[in-house]
Amino acid sequence: MAIKNQLATVDFDGIEKEINISLVDAKIGEYVMVHAGFAIEKMDDEYAKEMMGYLGKK
Amino acid sequence: MQPTADKIIEDIQKKAAQIGRPLRFMELCGTHSQTIAEHGIKKLMPKNITLVSGPGCPVCVTDQSDIDIVVGLALAGIPTAVYGDTIQVPGNLMSLEEAKRFGADVQIVYSITEAVESQKEKSNLVFFGLGFETTTGMTAWAIKEGLTVYSAHKLFPPAMQALLENKKIRVDGFIDPGHVSAIIGTEVYQKFNIPQVVAGFSGEDVLVAINVLLTQILENKSRVENAYGRLVKKGGNKKALKLINEVFEVSDAKWRGLGEIKNSGLKIRKKYQAQDAEFVHGKLIEKIKKEIRPKPSACRCGLVLQGLLEPKDCLLFRKVCTPNSPQGACMVSVEGSCNVEYRYDN
Repeated sequence: MAIKNQLATVDFDGIEKEINISLVDAKIGEYVMVHAGFAIEKMDDEYAKEMMGYLGKK
Repeated sequence: MQPTADKIIEDIQKKAAQIGRPLRFMELCGTHSQTIAEHGIKKLMPKNITLVSGPGCPVCVTDQSDIDIVVGLALAGIPTAVYGDTIQVPGNLMSLEEAKRFGADVQIVYSITEAVESQKEKSNLVFFGLGFETTTGMTAWAIKEGLTVYSAHKLFPPAMQALLENKKIRVDGFIDPGHVSAIIGTEVYQKFNIPQVVAGFSGEDVLVAINVLLTQILENKSRVENAYGRLVKKGGNKKALKLINEVFEVSDAKWRGLGEIKNSGLKIRKKYQAQDAEFVHGKLIEKIKKEIRPKPSACRCGLVLQGLLEPKDCLLFRKVCTPNSPQGACMVSVEGSCNVEYRYDN
């Protein structure tokens, strides 16, 4: 959503949190897997959208 | 889209019947143990498939001596910061939680970034760095930011090697860890001659993984398959690996249950020794080590971590050992086999 230095604002399906992205090369709009406050890897876009779809149907 | 859970279970049953002989699959990640318990997957398995937990809980495999050293540092008046679970692990003298009750400054953090912030006010703060490759990259980042760390970090593949070399442990396939693999990739597992699959963390992911292992056994093949391709890449996370290698070097390490394993630990490189608690507090740590008096305990966490004992077969389980009054690391951590078994009552 927004990136400032090594911190990115990540949208967890509605909840926004600041996450450290020093371990990945993430750009705004990409999906990441978060572990203990850090993005550890980028997620496959299609899968992430599919997951969000499931969450939305709850 | 993946096939439905019912379809996968049907497939698993067919393949297991075809193979016939008893099979033991080990999940190597504490989060997979949780998924298996949460969805009652053990109960869904055909009679000849047993799922056992391995040494995948980072807090659990941390050696008793490392816990004792950090407790000693805290009691000596050095502010410490630790990941939440760690605080309750019983030490030979006491746990970090008890040290805190005695007035030691022990801070629980969710993320190492909180420790980096705290160190700005408490310059002598020491962070207890533990865990596998998933958290090591974060620790490397924090050390470069100036954080002082006591490193009990471990490498995952040497533990797999140690399990395979132990003839008492019979395993027919590994469910490789998810987040560790996101960092180290899948190629590193190819040296192990056993069916393996890297899996995600949903119930269906684990079922798919079991199905993949059965297919390999039916075909008499030992491959590394990646069923978590949406996150895990063959070569892993190059940026994180580079950072780890820049800050850490490989060393021998002691594991609870598995003992000392050659080249299985990570110590801080000389270049960063000003942030290495073992260097900064070297004399104090030597003194703490000399004063450690092993406390007898009937806790069998070491055997549980190797898949040699089921939590329910430990005499302490549920009786005197509960998540509120843990007698050992396997009951402390939410990823520990005893804690998982206690909560989900399989």
